[in-house]
Amino acid sequence: MLSGSFTIERKISVNLSSPLQKGLLMASTLTALTAPTNFIGNFFEWFGDLGIFFWRVARAAVTPPFEFGELFVQLDEIGSKSLPLVALAGAATGVVLSMEARYSLTRFGAKSLLPAAIVFSVIHETGPIITGLVVSGRVGAGIGAQLASMKVTEQIDAIEASAVNPYRLLAATRIVACILMLPLLTVAGDACGLLMGWVAQALVEPLSLHQFINSGFKGADFNDLLPPTFKTAVFGLIIGLIACFQGMRTEGGAAGVGRAATSSVVLSSLFVILADVVLVKFILIFFP
Amino acid sequence: MNTADQIALHPPHTANDAHAPVISVEDLHKSFGSQKVLNGLSLDVRRGETLAILGRSGTGKSVSLRIIIGLEKPDSGLVRIHGQEITGLSLDQLGEIRKKMGFLFQHAALYDSLTVEQNVAFPLLHHKPEMSGNERSERARQLLTEVGLDGQYDKMPSDISGGMQKRAGLARALALEPDILLLDEPTAGLDPISSGEINELVLKLQQEHHMASIVVTHDLHSAKTISNRLALLDKGNVVIEGSFEELQRSDIEFVKEFLKYS
Repeated sequence: MLSGSFTIERKISVNLSSPLQKGLLMASTLTALTAPTNFIGNFFEWFGDLGIFFWRVARAAVTPPFEFGELFVQLDEIGSKSLPLVALAGAATGVVLSMEARYSLTRFGAKSLLPAAIVFSVIHETGPIITGLVVSGRVGAGIGAQLASMKVTEQIDAIEASAVNPYRLLAATRIVACILMLPLLTVAGDACGLLMGWVAQALVEPLSLHQFINSGFKGADFNDLLPPTFKTAVFGLIIGLIACFQGMRTEGGAAGVGRAATSSVVLSSLFVILADVVLVKFILIFFP
Repeated sequence: MNTADQIALHPPHTANDAHAPVISVEDLHKSFGSQKVLNGLSLDVRRGETLAILGRSGTGKSVSLRIIIGLEKPDSGLVRIHGQEITGLSLDQLGEIRKKMGFLFQHAALYDSLTVEQNVAFPLLHHKPEMSGNERSERARQLLTEVGLDGQYDKMPSDISGGMQKRAGLARALALEPDILLLDEPTAGLDPISSGEINELVLKLQQEHHMASIVVTHDLHSAKTISNRLALLDKGNVVIEGSFEELQRSDIEFVKEFLKYS
């Protein structure tokens, strides 16, 4: 190993004296210097391509023929089949919230606020964001991998060659299904979170569900429930759009399919979190 | 010159022009990055005629086929289908043209989540809303029987051989009764017997349906069997076009070399 390192160092020091190696060194330095520029260029190129893709899908989605059959398949695939995972994640979150909030509120002498703390935490933030992230993991990866696989095996080209618009059949149906199902899944996730939050509390200190709900929702109105629930429709748009985009632009065989699945999950999760920041601010301003 | 100027210079053929080419390609150029794939390709195919495009790998054979059906946009040049210029059309406008075209992909490109029958019924489901489910199924089974896949209706594409997948792909390409058939390497990767069967099948279908066809292939035997004319491509352009005998008589070095090694 040591002799290997020594040899490399010697080669570098010797080769640098040649004009060719100096040129190569200069080229690699230039590459290193221009790398951030390339990254920024690629970033804007990606956004530009995403914008064009969105425009094509939006236009295809609102013009006939409508692909209702495929839409119902996707509603089932994205909605019904995500329900157990969302319910489980929501339930776990409710239990954790209950335990953590109990500990904190007891320390500050505000234990009576525990039901309200759980209810507001779940419906305002943890329910929607956990649902968004769970769906981006399950559905984002699924859509990304499926469409990428179809792309590299020319199945999307075959759809187009059969005079069917793939933006309408594949992308629009999946994106619309994500938009429609996310709020419903959020309601389910919220319900499981609240139920298990109550169970966790009731196990420590007897409290009926009726008392928990009454106490928790005291002072709450529709502005506390509807805007945070419906903001997940935006999460659905983000998840569906990014997963379809990453899938349908895939190149490069099995490796490309893997990259598409990974990037679909990573990017959709990231943009869901970033969108949440903006949407929370928006909700606080317009639905105080 | 923009597309509008080109269209003005080359008005569409009229319906009365019986001998007008069904497929007309003029001065097609296409590059991928710095690699020039097509360099002024021009071709005409008439009804009932089959043109085989031959050439070495990477000379633009498959790309030319993909441009003709609109899956790739050319850098410049014209593609006319039944006299209508298609390179500037939107996806939905292209859809109307594509209903008259059948395309067999090199690897068949069957939808892997659908059965063989559902694959063949797919174009019918989307373009023949007047057909009932039973009628679609009956038509798909009829087409599958025609290509020799009787009884394979409920199998998934992954459960049938490469040759059978090509046959199913061919049945799907014929579902909308096209008057143009484009075949990308129909015998690639098949054993000699399956290749022969596919060749006979294509020949039979062309004789029955009188389509204008383009076959892209490396297989000279297949090209001789199923085509009326052959076009040999090199560096993105046609080196020679004619019958097999005309190719054999050619003095062009590339043509001699190609025939020698085929």
